[in-house]
Amino acid sequence: MTSTTIDDAPFIEPSTRARRNYLNDEYGVLSWLLTKDHKRIAILYLFSVTIFFVVGGIFAFLMRLELLTPEGDMFTSDTYNKLFTLHGIVMIFFFLIPAIPAVMGNFILPIMLGAKDLAFPKLNLLSWYIYMIGGTLGVIVIITGGVDTGWTFYTPFSTQYSNTKVFLTTLGAFITGFSSILTGLNFLVTIHRMRAPGLTWYRLPLFVWSMYATSVVIMLATPVLAITLVLLMVERVLQVGIFDPALGGDPVLYQHMFWFYSHPAVYIMILPGMAVISECVAAFTRKKIFGYKFVAFSSLAIAFLGFLVWAHHMFVAGISVYAAMIFSFLTMLVAVPSAIKVFNWTATMYKASVSWQTPMLYVMGFIGLFTIGGVTGLFLGALGVDVHVHDSYFVVAHFHYIMVGGTIMAYMAGIHYWWPKITGRMYPEWWGRLSAMLVFVGFNLTFFPQFLVGYVGMPRRYHAYAPEFQVLNVLSTAGATVLAAGYLLPMIYLFWSLKFGRKAGTNPWGAVGLEWATTSPPPKENFHETPVVTWDAYDYPAFLKAMRETQHV
Amino acid sequence: MNDFPLFPEQASSVSPLVDGLYLGLVAITGVVSLLIWIVIFYFAIKYRRRPDNELAQEQEPPAILEMTWTIVPLVIFIGIFIAGAWLFFRINALPANAIEIYATGRQWMWKFQHPTGQREINTLHVPVNRPVKITMASEDVIHSLWFPAFRVKADVLPNRFRTMWFEATKPGKYHIFCAEYCGTLHSGMIGSVIVMDAVAYQRWLAGGSEGSLASQGEKLFEKYACNTCHTSTSGARGPNLAGLYGKTRQLADGSSVVADENYIRESILNPQAKIAAGFAPVMPTFQGQVSEDDLIRLLAYVRTMGVEQPVATPVESPQSAIESTGAPAAPADGRAEAQPTSTTTPGNQE
Repeated sequence: MTSTTIDDAPFIEPSTRARRNYLNDEYGVLSWLLTKDHKRIAILYLFSVTIFFVVGGIFAFLMRLELLTPEGDMFTSDTYNKLFTLHGIVMIFFFLIPAIPAVMGNFILPIMLGAKDLAFPKLNLLSWYIYMIGGTLGVIVIITGGVDTGWTFYTPFSTQYSNTKVFLTTLGAFITGFSSILTGLNFLVTIHRMRAPGLTWYRLPLFVWSMYATSVVIMLATPVLAITLVLLMVERVLQVGIFDPALGGDPVLYQHMFWFYSHPAVYIMILPGMAVISECVAAFTRKKIFGYKFVAFSSLAIAFLGFLVWAHHMFVAGISVYAAMIFSFLTMLVAVPSAIKVFNWTATMYKASVSWQTPMLYVMGFIGLFTIGGVTGLFLGALGVDVHVHDSYFVVAHFHYIMVGGTIMAYMAGIHYWWPKITGRMYPEWWGRLSAMLVFVGFNLTFFPQFLVGYVGMPRRYHAYAPEFQVLNVLSTAGATVLAAGYLLPMIYLFWSLKFGRKAGTNPWGAVGLEWATTSPPPKENFHETPVVTWDAYDYPAFLKAMRETQHV
Repeated sequence: MNDFPLFPEQASSVSPLVDGLYLGLVAITGVVSLLIWIVIFYFAIKYRRRPDNELAQEQEPPAILEMTWTIVPLVIFIGIFIAGAWLFFRINALPANAIEIYATGRQWMWKFQHPTGQREINTLHVPVNRPVKITMASEDVIHSLWFPAFRVKADVLPNRFRTMWFEATKPGKYHIFCAEYCGTLHSGMIGSVIVMDAVAYQRWLAGGSEGSLASQGEKLFEKYACNTCHTSTSGARGPNLAGLYGKTRQLADGSSVVADENYIRESILNPQAKIAAGFAPVMPTFQGQVSEDDLIRLLAYVRTMGVEQPVATPVESPQSAIESTGAPAAPADGRAEAQPTSTTTPGNQE
């Protein structure tokens, strides 16, 4: 093995064998439901998270329709409260947290490492089943009446006052957390133990660095959520006083525990987005990422600092002035590594070969929108301003710029970028560009007015609102319509491309990375022989030279 | 107000400062974001893929660039932190001569009590150009009292008193919102703060009450039989409360505590938590027996015990029996939710 050189490491199979791939290797429902292939598990996740994305999106759209007029005239207050609660829970626990790691991470990460699979394939399948159990509980909650606590489950409302399905919902979120933990564990072990020969840490694609940081956060933070939700269930069901002051508890303690998970959870959602963006920037500029080590270590810095800022959600919740100051300062620090990433991605485009293909359009959208989401975080971190805008629509706009403008833009970029690898087919380029433009325009029209209406004074989670807020709300609802069209289009043309799309070659983008050194779709074992890496990450000339030599073309 | 405002009214002493910092942040971050957008588009067009640049020209990044865009943002961010923290201290620095108003939040209404005894639901009358301190607690879940026109907000907790303050600078009628989601009619937990000039405010205060808050508290002090133990005689079973408020108090376990609102609250609801030095832990708990409104009245009374002049009572009010609910609970503006009616006022629960 050690004597293997680049010249005798065949990346590409002869065409006769290339027809066998992970999709047609086995047939039948059981071959999917009992698969241990990381690629098939990724497809299972892709279906599941897409369904939840549609469900969460429908909730959001119904809310926007209600908010078209100041009066609460479309739904009752209780129904509206359930809509925003379910929108948050479905989107966060069942879409954003698993989406990129469990779909793209599962599919691409082992291939990027030159591995045959993740370290624990059975745990990987188990994680999908656990996710589905949690998700099923979520669906049962939706069908049997919903829940109205807000996705934050603040006490004592959630433990004593809400008459909705709080127990089932928190149980669902609790169970789903274990699926994240298993995925994170699998990634960490795989990255440490299963890299191909020659693939040193500094040769790793930035996707891997960012997934590593994500996995660390998942492993350390998710157990805290589990503990918090168990305490909540214990108080609600057994009336043990933990958070409810009537039973001798402290409601603010709940907020500390909840945000100790849920702030790092924001990074569980955005770090994988950054992972995808780094890959796409390199691929569609055909260039080494500017400041590779800065981008790599900024992911780890975000993972570390992300644990130290939880109380910036609580500046007006009753913490001391001095505690607020410390958390405000740390919040400013955590913004630095994100800024470093934005500057490095932008600088990568300098003297590059910039393609205007769909994934790159999403990347440009991501950088622009993530920047706005990031700088508005500074407004919220600045104590004096936060007192006014906290719990207003300004906050709603801010986190949608990060979560939708950031993570979902990255998710869309990644789906388009790796679609040919996953399916072996190209999506239709012009439809892709159209949907990217619709998403960008629709997104800004939906969420930018929310910054303004928040500063004017509209509180979040309001079923009815004062009439002077209406113009901005109408704009927002109009934008949501465009955004919905932008998300529906890819669901149609990607499905269409499965049968009618142009066949993709091994490396349709001319990109660098081990996933572009194996066939599309990859064989079941990813590589017929373990590849040997002789190039640095994103080193185009070295990679192309290695490919030419192995392909004999 | 026009139909499409981008700012709420600037109606408090801190409003211009908050707006100033906000606009400063808009300017700085707007310029930086715009620059990034322009650079992205410029690069995307200038270096678009053409036959002659299928592969990018590689070059090593100069280290100075990385240092620059690490350190410059850090310095700017710390500057933003300092400005925000300075403003936060100002917003939290309570002036000494504030009018003391008590607020209670409950699903789904705001109750306000004035030191002169007036009680209001979802409406609050305050004078212009005088600091107003609000001491508040919740009867059920967490609420948050937000005055957008004053740029201040604070969560209202069910287990302790919190305080906030503002100084209105412009007469008028402004929104009160509950900002922390609190259940079904969260978006109906709204009201109006009416800022009046000094003359109109005096006239409003003369509108009557059931006696000052402290005198109402004095009656409760007898009703709950607090006065049987808390006498001023030596050898009494409970400590003498005269002059207690604000003083540092020695406890039986050797530690000491400042006798503030939350200490008094705790001593009523959970008397065993902190035992005054020299006394036996014999006081029963009043948890569940004393409502938030009564707690506020008792607190108001305890604060005046042993003090010659009641603190911050702006005017002698006639002892009228009419309960003032202020102006009709206002800004409903075509909203669907019903306003709480006067039949739910706290006066009925005794």
